[in-house]
Amino acid sequence: MFTANPFAQLSVSIPPAVMQAYVVLMIVLVAGGTLADLMHKKSARYFFEYWRNVKRRGTRPVGGGEMLSLAIRTAVVEGLTSGEFCNPQRRVAHLLTMYGFIAYVVTTLILVFAYPTSATPAPAIVPALWYLGALLVCIGGYWFWFFIRVDVAAEGHPPYRLVRADLFIVSLLASTTLALIWAIVQWAGGGTGAHVLLALYLLATTVLFGSVPWSKFSHMFYKPAAAFQKRVEQANGSRRNLPAPANVPIKFESARRPPRNY
Amino acid sequence: MPTFVYMTSCDGCGHCVDICPSDIMHIDTTYRRAYNIEPNMCWECYSCVKACPQNAIDCRGYADFAPLGHSVRVLREDTKGTISWRIRFRDGREKNFVSPIRTTPWGSIKAPSDYAAPTADDMKSQLLAHEPESLKVEKLPALAPDKLKQGLV
Repeated sequence: MFTANPFAQLSVSIPPAVMQAYVVLMIVLVAGGTLADLMHKKSARYFFEYWRNVKRRGTRPVGGGEMLSLAIRTAVVEGLTSGEFCNPQRRVAHLLTMYGFIAYVVTTLILVFAYPTSATPAPAIVPALWYLGALLVCIGGYWFWFFIRVDVAAEGHPPYRLVRADLFIVSLLASTTLALIWAIVQWAGGGTGAHVLLALYLLATTVLFGSVPWSKFSHMFYKPAAAFQKRVEQANGSRRNLPAPANVPIKFESARRPPRNY
Repeated sequence: MPTFVYMTSCDGCGHCVDICPSDIMHIDTTYRRAYNIEPNMCWECYSCVKACPQNAIDCRGYADFAPLGHSVRVLREDTKGTISWRIRFRDGREKNFVSPIRTTPWGSIKAPSDYAAPTADDMKSQLLAHEPESLKVEKLPALAPDKLKQGLV
């Protein structure tokens, strides 16, 4: 089951060109939505205005080589290992969701464009990674949703409370959950159930990629830029007016505990 | 002089929500980031500013009271047991301070709730809580009438 390409089975009823057009449309929606969000909030303007302030307030110059090194460190620490999170549970949940999403999206692209029909069988690893990616998103996402989400953990709201900030995580979980259920039902024989699940899956996926201007989807582009800017601030001495770290050794274990609603 | 959150730095961890004694730091429903819901009820205790792991919270005066251009920022490092302040004046002067928070490991000092509750006899005694041990004496010094000088009352 986990090595069967669900899109090859689907190509019996939906031509591969239609599937590929849908995927391209989703990519366009993400790119367009992010640009629209940038223009609406003027994020780029404020980012570069702040960048000029950072350079003006800096007490030491940062050369090109150092910038490159900072960019690589940002990509590795804040990007690849989600190092910004101080809470280990949040960090692990984010890593599961992030890598699961990457695996899910990349394998979807490979399956839909390179192996769209039964005549072009995909290597077993690709559909397996598709299932695994969706599953990792579900594990990390539901863990976050029910236990780690700050509205629930720190503010004490019930897990079923929905606000606009939940648009991204809810549509992401709906998309991956329905993807898994649809693929399993289709593999088991299909029928009307599979068609209904496919329709719901497409709806959730369209909401996920189409709601970029209103959801937190684009944080995956903004956060690395903000993290890089923070590293440059530390390096050039401005540090957002914060004091330098105290020149004493670390001697205690951290006293921070995860926030809990009182 | 209320606090405000730099939402680009905030990661929505909720530490400020937890620690605010005024219960005015909450999570925005659009971005899931922290913000001060009632700035005029803020008493600028700096608890949220110190608690934020991302240093995403700052404090500033109302523009009609405190002109802009100054900066008071704090960095609390609990692993080093220090708190550092950087104060920048509007004329460009800068003052930096570093102070210890504690010299013993976190959790090494008993909380008041870890002690046994005082008995009725303890309440009648002249000794205050944890005396005389906390004063590092065997018993409280006291005047004895036979030790007073003759002729004095």
